[in-house]
Amino acid sequence: MSMTQPTKPVNDAGARLLSGARWRWYEVLFWVAAIALFFVFGDFIPGIPTRLMLLSEIISLGLLALSIDLVLGYAGIVTLGQGAFFGLGAYVAGLMAKNGMGAFPLSDPLLGLLAAAAVSGAAGFVTSFLVLRGSDLTRLMVTLGVALILAELANQMRWLTGGADGLQGVMSSPILGIWDFDLWGHTAYVYSLVVLFVCFWLSRRIVHSTFGLSLKAIKGNALRARAIGVPVNARLVAIYTLAAAIAGIAGALLAQTTQSASPDMIAFHRSADALLILVFGGAGYLYGGLIGAVLFRVMQDVIGNITLQYWQFWLGLVLVLLVLFVRGGVIGLMEGWWNRLTRKGDAP
Amino acid sequence: MTYVLETRSLCKSFGGIIATDNVSFNLPAGARHALIGPNGAGKTTFVNQLTGVLDPTSGQILFGGEDITNWTVRRRATAGIARTFQINQLFADLTPLESVVLAISEREDAGGQWFKPLGAREDIVVEACELLDTLGIGDVREARVGALPYGKQRLLEIALALAAKPKLLLLDEPAAGVPESEREQILNVVARLPESVALVLIEHDMHLVFRFAKTISVLVNGALFCEGTADEIARDPRVRQVYLGEEDVGHG
Amino acid sequence: MLTILFDGVAYGMLLFVLAIGLCVTLGLMNFINLAHGAFAMAGGYLTIVMMNRYGISFYWGLPAAFVFSAILGAVLERTLYVHLYTKSHLDQVLFSIGLVFMATAVVDYFMGANQQTINLPPALEGRVNFLGASIGVYRIFTIVLCGLLTIGLQFVLAKTRFGSRLRAAVDDGRVARGMGIDVTKIFALTFAVGSGLAGLGGALSTGIISMDPTFPLKYMIYFLIVISVGGTTTITGPFFASLLLGVADVAGKYYAPAVGGFIIYTIMVAVLILRPQGLFTKASR
Repeated sequence: MSMTQPTKPVNDAGARLLSGARWRWYEVLFWVAAIALFFVFGDFIPGIPTRLMLLSEIISLGLLALSIDLVLGYAGIVTLGQGAFFGLGAYVAGLMAKNGMGAFPLSDPLLGLLAAAAVSGAAGFVTSFLVLRGSDLTRLMVTLGVALILAELANQMRWLTGGADGLQGVMSSPILGIWDFDLWGHTAYVYSLVVLFVCFWLSRRIVHSTFGLSLKAIKGNALRARAIGVPVNARLVAIYTLAAAIAGIAGALLAQTTQSASPDMIAFHRSADALLILVFGGAGYLYGGLIGAVLFRVMQDVIGNITLQYWQFWLGLVLVLLVLFVRGGVIGLMEGWWNRLTRKGDAP
Repeated sequence: MTYVLETRSLCKSFGGIIATDNVSFNLPAGARHALIGPNGAGKTTFVNQLTGVLDPTSGQILFGGEDITNWTVRRRATAGIARTFQINQLFADLTPLESVVLAISEREDAGGQWFKPLGAREDIVVEACELLDTLGIGDVREARVGALPYGKQRLLEIALALAAKPKLLLLDEPAAGVPESEREQILNVVARLPESVALVLIEHDMHLVFRFAKTISVLVNGALFCEGTADEIARDPRVRQVYLGEEDVGHG
Repeated sequence: MLTILFDGVAYGMLLFVLAIGLCVTLGLMNFINLAHGAFAMAGGYLTIVMMNRYGISFYWGLPAAFVFSAILGAVLERTLYVHLYTKSHLDQVLFSIGLVFMATAVVDYFMGANQQTINLPPALEGRVNFLGASIGVYRIFTIVLCGLLTIGLQFVLAKTRFGSRLRAAVDDGRVARGMGIDVTKIFALTFAVGSGLAGLGGALSTGIISMDPTFPLKYMIYFLIVISVGGTTTITGPFFASLLLGVADVAGKYYAPAVGGFIIYTIMVAVLILRPQGLFTKASR
């Protein structure tokens, strides 16, 4: 009878499910490379200029894109307002550092990060209820609207935020009272990389858990997800809140390492850039945002050095071509090549 | 006696159109019941109210004696009402195994587990594999759902519903659109569903209905037209009249 | 007070002409075209170039802007946009943002980043007294022209064969297709006309608000507000939404410059939450 075909042993299936969460060699390679960058661009090799400040900035941008990946790549919520939480985190950390006068309790970078995560997370929690209902378009406009309101607030509350000039005199105290931020960005880079890794590791645990699977299910078919008993709204609120907290941490990192916070950090183009970075790198892989951020900033440096207008033009062109011809961004492209190379992938 | 499912004077109207007209309906435990009716009789609307997708305009729904009229979709699902959809509602980008593991995890209240990796609960994986095997789709459990043949997708629909270990299973045209070659497999699965599950088959295909159903309700224009055992309904001249010329139409 | 109301109405009607094309295309194909403002910018810059470089009259600039943007819209619709109808909303958003970036860069390259204005024809300059308020002649011109366009549009939609087909297609594309209506063709035509209207609005804007390369991005949010408040199922919804937004924006900037933008965004979010289908639409089924 056709009913019961012989199937692979059951423990095999469990092992394969579990192996989804195992670290792969290319992941290890990625993080080793990130550490290696410290030595290459850290003013240790004569002739190679120090670029650690730029790299720290890339980390902050990548972390922001990672937070969007959690919401968009996994849970399928289209957002144009992640910059709101980023900017909020930047201002919280900046204000704490500034008012702490570079002394321990308030100006401590780690406390600043925690506070930024808490405030941004709280803002994410409150606004998450606004994106539960509605179509992609409503979600897009609501997230954009929230971001615009916050940007306008940052601009108007001059007494607190310094208005259009931004916060002046942000001074972070040494991390844990030991490592002070130096001019070359040694501390900044190591600090940023450690924070990035912790956030990444946490996100990675989450997307490879049952919770993460339920997010993908919601993205795929919310109606069916409800019918099998997934508490759709609660899951979306949870991931949106977490992503907002991570975006806040990303903003706090930028404020602490650049010792400033400005309306630029909360503006629309921040959200748009981060979304673009994620899509460019590839959404739904976690690494897409990080790789995208590196490529984005390198491209920006190379092309932007010629003229600023050129940069925007090429950026737009890349976006258009990406949407028309490439699925899954850079990582999707590499995955396709790799599958063809090893002939593992299902033939088109 | 208490029924698995009861509706009391259930009404639903859309604007001026009455889709469910004062339906009072009882379903005993372990039932093999079919809900039939011509196109547009309001069968799917009725099911949508039972599962909570639509709110009734008036009336009551009881499940195991408890009033569930105002419960959410999810709460009803966890309480033991499961359904399949007339049009496949699956997770195209997951595998059948992942889909069923998720459904079982939610039943076991382990769906919110965010730190342990997927597959850490061996009992859930074993149960999922067994379920997929009983439905005869164990061989494709790690393929992408979206790439499966239609018949296998229909079976996965049933698997997802069964994963909740439901007390009541609503099958909305389980074999609709399935090619003849894969049809028998689905019919076998339906025939072998455990006695503990009360079954309501929403169908258009009379052969299928008379093959499985012991009792039948006929829905016409949103109202209960008549009820009875399969034999009674088969002999009822009024039912024949309602279906005159309808039997060949096929689906709806 | 009356001056502000008048300015607001003029501004609102301008917004309506700018945004109506987007509302209809969104309702028709469920397509999110954030690059709609780029077509307005094209019309605006065409008028500026015609007038400032070649000395052609403003009155020629307006129809030219319409035709130019309409052709531009038609060409892009057939070559690029047509590939995106079946893609996800995210793809549509990214694609159209990409177009905005490119348009901004191109205009910046050829025209420079600074704000550009035109010298209005003498007949449209100056102010007149009306009920004790001093009102710019150009504002009156804008209101009359936009008002005529609105009436014309309403007429086309309500009375012509094309209009009834368009309404059927917006209402339910699948049913309309089943009835033998060529939705693709209707959409192409609507897209072109909508782009043309945006171009005309852009040309008109040069007399009220100056043009610069960031125009599409700056006005994108205004368009989105018009849509969210007005809905996409009628043209009266967006019309009232535009008027409301125009008056609120002008009044806000005048009376409470500090919180003006704030109020508008808050209204938008509030409307989206309370009535996701728009404020001026019939209650959904």
